[in-house]
Amino acid sequence: MDDLLREFVTETNESLDVVDVELVRFEQDPNNAKILDNIFRLVHTIKGTCGFLGLPRLEALAHAAETLMGKFRDGAPASSEAVTLILVTIDRIKTILESLETDQREPEGTDTDLIISLERMVERIGAGGAQPGRQAAGAPQVRDGGAPARGVVPGDHEGESRAGAAEGGSERAAKAASGAVEPGGKDDEAAKSVNQTIRVTVDTLEQLMTMVSELVLTRNQLLEIVRRHEESEFKAPLQRLSNVTAELQEGVMKTRMQPIGNAWQKLPRIVRDLSNELGKKIELEMQGADTELDRQVLDLIKDPLTHMVRNSADHGLESPDERRAAGKPEHGLIRLSAYHEGGYIIIRVADDGRGLDTERIKAKAVAQGLVSESDVEKLPEAQIHKFIFSPGFSTAARITSVSGRGVGMDVVRNNIDQIGGTIDVKSVAGAGLSFTIKIPLTLAIVAALIVEAGGHRFAIPQLSVVELVRARGEGEHRIERIKDTRVLRLRDKLLPLVSLRHLFGLANDVDDINGGYIVVTQVGSQSFGIVVDGVFHTEEIVVKPMSSKLRHIAMFSGNTILGDGSVIMIIDPNGVAQAFGTNVASQLAAVEASEAKPAAAVGGATTSLLVFRAGSMQPKAVPLSLITRLEEIDARKIELSNGRHMVQYRGHLMPLISIGENVRVKGEGAQPLLVFSDGSRSMAIVVDEIVDIVDDNLDIQVASDTPGVLGSAVVRGQATEIIDVGHFLPLAFEDWFRRKEPQVQHRPRSVLLVDDSPFFLNMLTPVLQAAGYSVTACASARDALTLLAEGRPFDVAITDIEMPDMNGFEFAEAVRADPRTADLPIIALSSVVSPEAIERGRRVGFHDYVAKFDRQGLIAALKEQTGVVQAA
Amino acid sequence: MIQRADHNLNEYVTALIGGQLFGLPILRVQDVFAPERLTAVPLSPPEVAGVLNLRGRIVTLIDMRCRLGLGSRDDGQQSMAIGVESRGESYGLLIDSVGEVLKLDNRAWEPNPSNLDARLASVSTGIYRLDSQLLMVLDVDRVLDITVKVAA
Repeated sequence: MDDLLREFVTETNESLDVVDVELVRFEQDPNNAKILDNIFRLVHTIKGTCGFLGLPRLEALAHAAETLMGKFRDGAPASSEAVTLILVTIDRIKTILESLETDQREPEGTDTDLIISLERMVERIGAGGAQPGRQAAGAPQVRDGGAPARGVVPGDHEGESRAGAAEGGSERAAKAASGAVEPGGKDDEAAKSVNQTIRVTVDTLEQLMTMVSELVLTRNQLLEIVRRHEESEFKAPLQRLSNVTAELQEGVMKTRMQPIGNAWQKLPRIVRDLSNELGKKIELEMQGADTELDRQVLDLIKDPLTHMVRNSADHGLESPDERRAAGKPEHGLIRLSAYHEGGYIIIRVADDGRGLDTERIKAKAVAQGLVSESDVEKLPEAQIHKFIFSPGFSTAARITSVSGRGVGMDVVRNNIDQIGGTIDVKSVAGAGLSFTIKIPLTLAIVAALIVEAGGHRFAIPQLSVVELVRARGEGEHRIERIKDTRVLRLRDKLLPLVSLRHLFGLANDVDDINGGYIVVTQVGSQSFGIVVDGVFHTEEIVVKPMSSKLRHIAMFSGNTILGDGSVIMIIDPNGVAQAFGTNVASQLAAVEASEAKPAAAVGGATTSLLVFRAGSMQPKAVPLSLITRLEEIDARKIELSNGRHMVQYRGHLMPLISIGENVRVKGEGAQPLLVFSDGSRSMAIVVDEIVDIVDDNLDIQVASDTPGVLGSAVVRGQATEIIDVGHFLPLAFEDWFRRKEPQVQHRPRSVLLVDDSPFFLNMLTPVLQAAGYSVTACASARDALTLLAEGRPFDVAITDIEMPDMNGFEFAEAVRADPRTADLPIIALSSVVSPEAIERGRRVGFHDYVAKFDRQGLIAALKEQTGVVQAA
Repeated sequence: MIQRADHNLNEYVTALIGGQLFGLPILRVQDVFAPERLTAVPLSPPEVAGVLNLRGRIVTLIDMRCRLGLGSRDDGQQSMAIGVESRGESYGLLIDSVGEVLKLDNRAWEPNPSNLDARLASVSTGIYRLDSQLLMVLDVDRVLDITVKVAA
């Protein structure tokens, strides 16, 4: 009886979840007989089983609900009121089930209140419509839906399967004989599919998983032993054992996989109730519900997801009136989506509501002492939005019954952190909010690279390892040092390096990294190199959670037992990336700004700057992202040709440019160079000494009149000249572009800059900033249109003409076509200035047309255009 | 706690740490082992001596001398560990040596003297007067309550 009861409770709970979802669907689509049939069948099953198990309260409730639903089947309209009543009934059933689970019996109390309401509703509907239609509807399995007291209702498969298979069989046969009409046929189908699955308790699966984990470990141990013995007769059978283990592991992992839809099941009901309660119209869209992930992971994200959907419904979406006033459709949209990407699953919760209230978050962050008042103004919006993940942070002005009960996004973040996931927030004021969660598919077993540093071994998850590079003193892969920062030249790119020894304080002689290995690691879109002393092999490791005493160490995601029986720590590349501090973060932001969809505002974020000396003791700096490479060449290789310094570099002649007259090209020894490339062309700036790479707010405070200097900024507390690379490029190649110093302008106007070349974006942004504009950079016209459509205000747009996908002309046409942006001045930038192009530009509505290299012209045009707007 | 229960006799596993005798409620003690192949954990709190594999389980070893502020050991002897469990996690308490299991009468129990070192007082639930020396009763949960400074 116990087992029976337990099974009943589990099964019924699951059925009820389905009923929940189906009812909400039914309410929206009342003519769909299939949905109704499904609901009806589920409730009927519950009722039948209750009778059989002697649960009178449940049975009476189910019966009353069924009767009401019978009315719907007969064609009565499904009013929201009636559906609510049934949902309430289902909630009551759930409550009873809960106590049934704990006490093994129904709780005291009566449900007359509900039953009476249900009966009244039946009468009311009955008075209005086809009352006796029930039998006429003629579902064969419902000989009498009302058979109240006595057990096995014929046709009730669930009841039968317990009562005895033989009986069930005969019943099915009887039904077939009676010429089973459609619903009966369906039942048979259901029965068939039931036979193909069996119910196993989660504990059993968990145990199985643990055993497989142990098996994997043991196998690893054996492999380790055999590895030490060259000739071993165990080799072949062990190989087979290894393969079988791998397959077994995969199989067991599969049993733990569940569609994410399971975690979403309750959401339609929640959203429906919320929309009633809050008087909002909400549509819930779910994509990728069949995306599978480990059930352990699933359990942990269930609550966060529910919380986020509640938040969206309660705080995110506006009331229908507000939405109408904002020119949006009355129905607010909450979109849940899930999909696989690499070894991760990406879940997104997005709404088209009002977005985060940046000002309020700022105020709250300052009030809670998370950030100082002066700093908060410097933070980019995205950074401010991240404060919502801080403990105890809630901006809800009023506490509703729905959310704002102290459970905040910090809890959500904690849950996601726990499973090694990351969460990111993107909000556009007035247009909506979206959370992106990235979590590993499974927590149990991963492939990892075993490395050694400072005498300790560590595991680095293979997923984030891109490649291994051997560091050598000379040659292609050389580690270079810029003060305390080390970088690796790898295929024309500078890769920031972090040494594990250094990171973990294991360093005795930090210097000796040449000869070590570099694990090139990728986190998100950011690459960096982890310097280790040695690399052993890859191993399938069983990730074991860290002790709670060690969980605060961000560098580790867990620990594991290796084949040789020792415990090692698993490195969390995310944590290592964080250890880079803002360096990685800001580069990430820069990468995202140049390649991702919604362009981030460039101003305000920190920028990686290369600090160097040239000509004077005062430090100079240039944005690191502009530099292609740092080189140190033998001064004797510098040739003088046509009055200019040149060096043979990768098969081409590369011109060398000096900053100012005081910088002399060295006659001997090593000459440090900053190499800039665009496409196939390279030039180098000659410097005296490379000092450091720093991350700082690139805030040019004093603009400069000196050619080649954008202005002065405080970098690491020292006044530093920010070098205008744009000035020097045409000195090397005249057609690169020509430059005259920017005009200083003090009105902070916002500029939308569209160019598909990151080089020009990087180039022009500081120039425009130096001229007093706040710049938002977009890497494509479509991104720019998205930003405009979201209602971001801009004073003027500057766009490149030649761009893939959508060119500048098309962009201008699209901007003009939208009444909201029709008046936005647009300045076109192009390297091709032909009369035809200018004419076409006029037609599509460019206000001005500036050659790409004519930056004075651009500043003048900007001044004119923003001035015009101001006057208007 | 167990020693407050109505039973007259409580059983303790005794341990010597820095010359002082400590007692751990026997019901909390899983096993006693000699730690081998200890893996140090970089960046861990000083109290954590490391982690090790004990029959397939990962055990976090707590250096009791450090935890109790008793100075580090320099006699070169092999330390022992007492295995305990807390909230589903396995810990080993690293001690100098393990003693016998004692059955002690409730009546010999006394609360901590008020002038006891604060660090010791925070993990002890009282003292037994033995014939030759004093035995300090350790509260396992409080011993494991290591304040973790969350790195910024």
